[in-house]
Amino acid sequence: MGSLKSADGHASDTGFFATQVDWVVNWGRKNSLWPMPLGLSCCGIELMAMIGPKFDIARFGAEAARFSPRQCDLMVVAGTLTWRMAEAARLIYDQMPDPKWVIAMGVCSSSGGMYDSYSVVQGVDMILPVDLYVPGCPPRPDAVIDSILKLQKKIERERPFQLLLEGDVVGEYDSGTKRFLRAPNHAVETTRSHEVLPPSGKKGRA
Amino acid sequence: MNTVGLTVGLTVGLTAERIASALGGIAHESMTMRDGCPSYRIAPEQVIAVMTALRDRAGFDTNVFVTAIDRFPEEPRFTVAWAFLSTTHNDRVRVYTRIPGENPAVATITGLWPGTAYSERECFDMFGIDFVGHTGLKRLLMPDGYDHFPLRKDFPHQGIEPDRLYREWDQRRRDRSPLRSESQA
Repeated sequence: MGSLKSADGHASDTGFFATQVDWVVNWGRKNSLWPMPLGLSCCGIELMAMIGPKFDIARFGAEAARFSPRQCDLMVVAGTLTWRMAEAARLIYDQMPDPKWVIAMGVCSSSGGMYDSYSVVQGVDMILPVDLYVPGCPPRPDAVIDSILKLQKKIERERPFQLLLEGDVVGEYDSGTKRFLRAPNHAVETTRSHEVLPPSGKKGRA
Repeated sequence: MNTVGLTVGLTVGLTAERIASALGGIAHESMTMRDGCPSYRIAPEQVIAVMTALRDRAGFDTNVFVTAIDRFPEEPRFTVAWAFLSTTHNDRVRVYTRIPGENPAVATITGLWPGTAYSERECFDMFGIDFVGHTGLKRLLMPDGYDHFPLRKDFPHQGIEPDRLYREWDQRRRDRSPLRSESQA
């Protein structure tokens, strides 16, 4: 299967046509961000308020919260993610169709927050490629709306059609380095707790 | 006002009396607790005998909790604690027993109060105490395959490799991934 690359190896990416197609595609994507509400704790309540009529993210095309990952573009991790829940979160993320984005809402999902604990993921960027971090405990709906606006700005800078012209049809996975191109977070392998020893001095598992 | 104080004092006295007569020939040691709740320390071998007496003869029909206290590095290390409520007499009692840190085990009371099954599972999950005779003693909150007992005093609060089970699962997931087979082909 050949790509649309021209014979001399240069994609016709700088042309007026490519940028205009990118503009249209991005316009469609950024104004129909359908969130997957992964409401795990109190942040989920703020998320509901944000989707509801008072804060109304329908103004930005993001009100269609779908509880099937197949119909979502935007994963909002709202709350404390535990290691036991992490597998489910990763599965939901994998089931979302491309292109997809992740917002870590609140300090717990951004960094573990006050739960410096054995059971809590110290930031969802350990398991998911995060696009935006929203501080707050929980953040006000305004802050999350601001993050959605920032994400729209971020989407505007993407060049999906240009990638297509360069032959990167999937635009996701680089088989050479075995890394995801747009989602480069698989290098994160360690946690902070490896070196912590119990007071008995015996190393637990390692 | 005085009658209230008198009633309370009388009730505690009556509770202690009732328990003492119920426990009859079983060795137990009365403890003084700051909240005034009648509390007893017993030998771990006599758990079933004491609990049966409390339920059948003293009228304590409800188990409130089963938990443990870790006194690391003291020995005997663990204190197992039970609390019971009598809904007919409206009073409570607590029972304690101390067991060693090496292979801690104590008899289950699920034969007397089936509802304690979950409490004992949680206690096993968090402290690693084996409730002998419990038919479904497995992890409750922590995932199966977890190696540690988080509420023990020698467990660091950040955990020991907390992401191990997730990483193993993630590796299996990536091994199954069609993207991987593409890149290998």
